[in-house]
Amino acid sequence: MVAVPVLDVRDLSVEFRTRSGVVRALESVSFSVAKGEMIGVVGESGSGKSVTAYALMGILEAAGKVTGGSAMFGGADLLKASESQLQELRGRELSMIFQNPRVALNPIRRVGLQIADVLLRHGNVTRAQAPARAIDMLKAVRIPDPERRARAYPFELSGGMCQRIMIAIALACAPSLLIADEPTTGLDVTTQAAIMDLISELARERGMATVLITHDLGMAAEYCDRIVVMHAGHVVENAPTAELFANPRHPYTAKLIAATPRPESHLDDLVAIGGNLPDLRSASLPPCRFSGRCERALPDCAQPLPRRVVGEAMVACWNPL
Amino acid sequence: MTARAETPLLHVDGLCKFYPVQRDGAFKDAFRPAKAPSFLHAVDGVSFDLFAGETIGLVGESGCGKSTLVRLLTRLIDPSEGNIHLDDEDVGAMPAKGFGGRPQRAKVQMVFQDATDSLNPRYTAAAAIADPLRRLRPELKGAELKARVSELADLTGLPQALLTRFPHQLSGGQKARVGIARAIAVEPKLLILDEPTSALDVSVQVMILRLLEDLKKRLGMSYLFVSHDLHVVHLLCDRVLVMYLGRIVESGPADKVFRNPSHPYTKALVASIPSFEPGVRHTRTPLAGEPRSPIDPDPKVCRFTGRCPIATERCSQEMPTLRRLEDGHEVACHYAELKQAAE
Repeated sequence: MVAVPVLDVRDLSVEFRTRSGVVRALESVSFSVAKGEMIGVVGESGSGKSVTAYALMGILEAAGKVTGGSAMFGGADLLKASESQLQELRGRELSMIFQNPRVALNPIRRVGLQIADVLLRHGNVTRAQAPARAIDMLKAVRIPDPERRARAYPFELSGGMCQRIMIAIALACAPSLLIADEPTTGLDVTTQAAIMDLISELARERGMATVLITHDLGMAAEYCDRIVVMHAGHVVENAPTAELFANPRHPYTAKLIAATPRPESHLDDLVAIGGNLPDLRSASLPPCRFSGRCERALPDCAQPLPRRVVGEAMVACWNPL
Repeated sequence: MTARAETPLLHVDGLCKFYPVQRDGAFKDAFRPAKAPSFLHAVDGVSFDLFAGETIGLVGESGCGKSTLVRLLTRLIDPSEGNIHLDDEDVGAMPAKGFGGRPQRAKVQMVFQDATDSLNPRYTAAAAIADPLRRLRPELKGAELKARVSELADLTGLPQALLTRFPHQLSGGQKARVGIARAIAVEPKLLILDEPTSALDVSVQVMILRLLEDLKKRLGMSYLFVSHDLHVVHLLCDRVLVMYLGRIVESGPADKVFRNPSHPYTKALVASIPSFEPGVRHTRTPLAGEPRSPIDPDPKVCRFTGRCPIATERCSQEMPTLRRLEDGHEVACHYAELKQAAE
């Protein structure tokens, strides 16, 4: 894609200082998202998907520290922006949908007011206009009977409804970039599909760039234009969706695809991924953090990780498939 | 599949669980006298048979009564109406209180959804696995008990060295293995699995599913597999029960139900599964609206009306009951055939 990326992340590294040592949670993570594009970030738990999102939003917990890299967003580097600059960007230009809407929403504030809060803070609306705009947002996320629902508290709404409210809050100021961190985990399958359809439709309508963080390959396949596969804090592969599934290049991607149940697959067809994620506290981490689990490992794998570009795909492997 | 002439291992007939709810205060209903008792119909007239060696999948959205049904079958709560026969014994009539001490407790065991939450943080893996044995097999003592625990660890692929560890020292997959070892310790005939892999990564999920399949063959157990992951249900189950608001709306062989869903709710469920083909998206009829209230539902109205794309007036006047569509495939919808003919 030739389009200028909305977000361009280069060599993002994050460390957590813990009592049992420094955890190198992210190392040289790079990817970019263009206007109107939806990319999927997939990987097992502990692969650094959420840490990436938190680092970009500037909401890492105190123990976490960005130790390198840049994230260019609209001419500014998110990683070097001051807290007040970030506050201006978050909500207006850059939004996030969190995993658990019930936890992320304020339990003792009516949902309509929570949407109005964002509008008042960032959206240049007057106090008088805010309630009507909040109801417009509820309509946009297809909540039936929006006037009444605006007065509801989160506990009075179902999980799917709460997630719609989260989406309404995230999209209230028409951001140019949306980060959705497992937006449908814990929701029913039918609701899951409805929420994902809604996000992708609104993203297309508004030409918004979207980063979808998920562990569900099937969902990423269905909605994303491009998929970034993460393993133990590294981006191991980054390719257009169709290409990634038709022709996975990194052994980890291939195994991940082989381990995921699909329609019509049999238990015998599925392949488990042996071994565990390496201990990210270890000082002697190999350059390729997958090498300990990899059947295709070569002596070359002890050298610094390559970034091989094949067409539109990037694979970080010395011995790709 | 097993021959249907034999008696089922588990026979459930007209099982109901109603919870009384208060209608006072903020939730007062203007059309009802304040003191009229109301009931939440969590499970409403569920009947099915599970034969020895069979795996039945139970699917449905949250709040549909899956968990209540599981709690009834494991005899943690007492049914309001209906019978549960397990292995030719009327376990439904035995009060839930004190059921834990009965020999029948050993026949039905459960693997819980969250392996972390369901293990006692202060029990080692060995103590967790030995716990049901101490209660239900008091004759096993000392070295014998120890031998049985390590036998179970071998069966479930848990390295012996990990038996002395506490849950926080184990990975998700290892905790799942402890949960399974504990459940099969007393050699149950029926194992109820409540989303056993939902908290696991796909890479580990495959191993646990294989283990379950292998254990079933080796130990001759039957499974009731509760899950919302339809792929996993399709992989593991012979038959599927689809539940909606306390009632079974469709049941049948897994292949038939997934290839040819006949109830509009099942159709929506199957259409929601990611296609896994990049760029190819299902044509979905999105389910509109929210489910009906399970509190004092009108016995004449189909529970799915309001969200159903093909509902007619008849659906508000006559509750559809489960009826046979073809061999073993049953559906509770007036228009199941009509929809098929139209397609």
